[in-house]
Amino acid sequence: MPIKRVKFTYEQEMIKEPIISMLSKDFDLVTNIRRADVREDMGWVVLEIEGDENEIQKALDWVATKCVRVDPISGDVVEG
Amino acid sequence: MSYIKCLYCRECGREYPVAPEHVCEFCFGPLEVGYDYEAIKKVISKDKIQKGPLSIWRYEDLLPVTRDSGIDMGTGFTPLVKAENLGKTLGLNNLYIKNDSTNPTFSFKDRVVSVATNKALEFGFETLACASTGNLAGSVSAHGAKAKMDTKVFFPSDLEQGKILGAAIYGSTLVAVDGTYDEVNRLCSELADNHRWAFVNVNMRPYYSEGSKTLGYEVAEQLGWRAPDRCIVPAASGSLFTKIWKGLNELKDLGLLESVNTFMDLAQPDGCSPIVEAFEQGTYHVKPVKPETIAKSLAIGNPADGFYALKTIAETKGNAVRVPEPEVAECMKLLAETEGIFTETAGGVVISALRSLAKRGIISADEVVVAFVTGNGLKTVEVIEDAADPVFTNPDYKSFQDALNVWNKRSL
Repeated sequence: MPIKRVKFTYEQEMIKEPIISMLSKDFDLVTNIRRADVREDMGWVVLEIEGDENEIQKALDWVATKCVRVDPISGDVVEG
Repeated sequence: MSYIKCLYCRECGREYPVAPEHVCEFCFGPLEVGYDYEAIKKVISKDKIQKGPLSIWRYEDLLPVTRDSGIDMGTGFTPLVKAENLGKTLGLNNLYIKNDSTNPTFSFKDRVVSVATNKALEFGFETLACASTGNLAGSVSAHGAKAKMDTKVFFPSDLEQGKILGAAIYGSTLVAVDGTYDEVNRLCSELADNHRWAFVNVNMRPYYSEGSKTLGYEVAEQLGWRAPDRCIVPAASGSLFTKIWKGLNELKDLGLLESVNTFMDLAQPDGCSPIVEAFEQGTYHVKPVKPETIAKSLAIGNPADGFYALKTIAETKGNAVRVPEPEVAECMKLLAETEGIFTETAGGVVISALRSLAKRGIISADEVVVAFVTGNGLKTVEVIEDAADPVFTNPDYKSFQDALNVWNKRSL
């Protein structure tokens, strides 16, 4: 099964939303959180997502519509 | 020789064998190079370094790869200039400019790429690659040419023509991605996972970033084996900033410097200042931003080393300075007009931050201050197009005198 490693960054208004839980419920994906830091005003989570490739993409597109920033775990790789 | 011992995770400390990897398999934290410092201590000395080549390779005992395992482009040992004119303007008696625009492809990127290229050759890679908006693309292309590697550089398709040519001349494969900055970012991360290519700033990143330490070593050596009282450094990912600090501390731990009491000050342009934003809010959480700055070489909205840069600022009681966009070009001119050094926009950001800190009285007059200029101004001429204001004259004596008088009045 394809696996993708990503980082989600949440704005304050999204912290209470069960985004990662929905990935398993609505998209038939397995998630595995490796590291996270969630505060009152913002938060981030690095996790592994396993499942069908199209399903992963559909899920990440959905996450992006929820005002959650999705990045590769290496951060920005495009340099000056 | 190199005394690399392992890779280790900066977050959980887990150790890994030396390999082209950049992320911890357990916590997905970034990997860092670990050295056998006890062995280094036995062989390193000021005398040995001073007898070495006039390049970054004089410090090869402290790098993850040696000069002999690959190529030497003559990178490093760039001038440390005492900036007496600019210092006088700002009320600083011991101001120095570390002018890294004199490297082979005119930016500090040659330091990191030299190390990454030699490590890639040692690992047996045949393809060298990067994702870049300019300086890095040129440097990787040049090193790839010299190393006879297949070289691929990726950039957003709306990149300025001058920067594309700066990479194209070396014969690399240019990949203009029809997409946003973020889309190029995602594509390159995915490619690095799926191809046996040495992406200098992805899977080679632990080795690549070690090249920046040489800026710290050189400055200390050029100051007569002492650490500066203050460093002012431009920040994109924040890696350069943390590695200069690491370099100074390594020299101290190895007994080559008596002490390191350096304030580390970081500078970002207003249009892309996520690290400064976190500093001002008193948090280590770096909130990603969408870059909108004329300092394109600093346009990293989600800085991978932002957290570590903030830790360095806190540890050294340093500062993070946000530079207004209009001051970038203004301070490029200020440095050129006072010191004869033509820097790119990132240098303008540093000089503006320096001026701001001096004006606010944060820098005291006698501090030994080093401002790091990381790239050549010819790379970003588009931002200073209004700098040219010639005296137009006919080719005769009287016309010239009249035209000069008019020009002088206008310039008052």
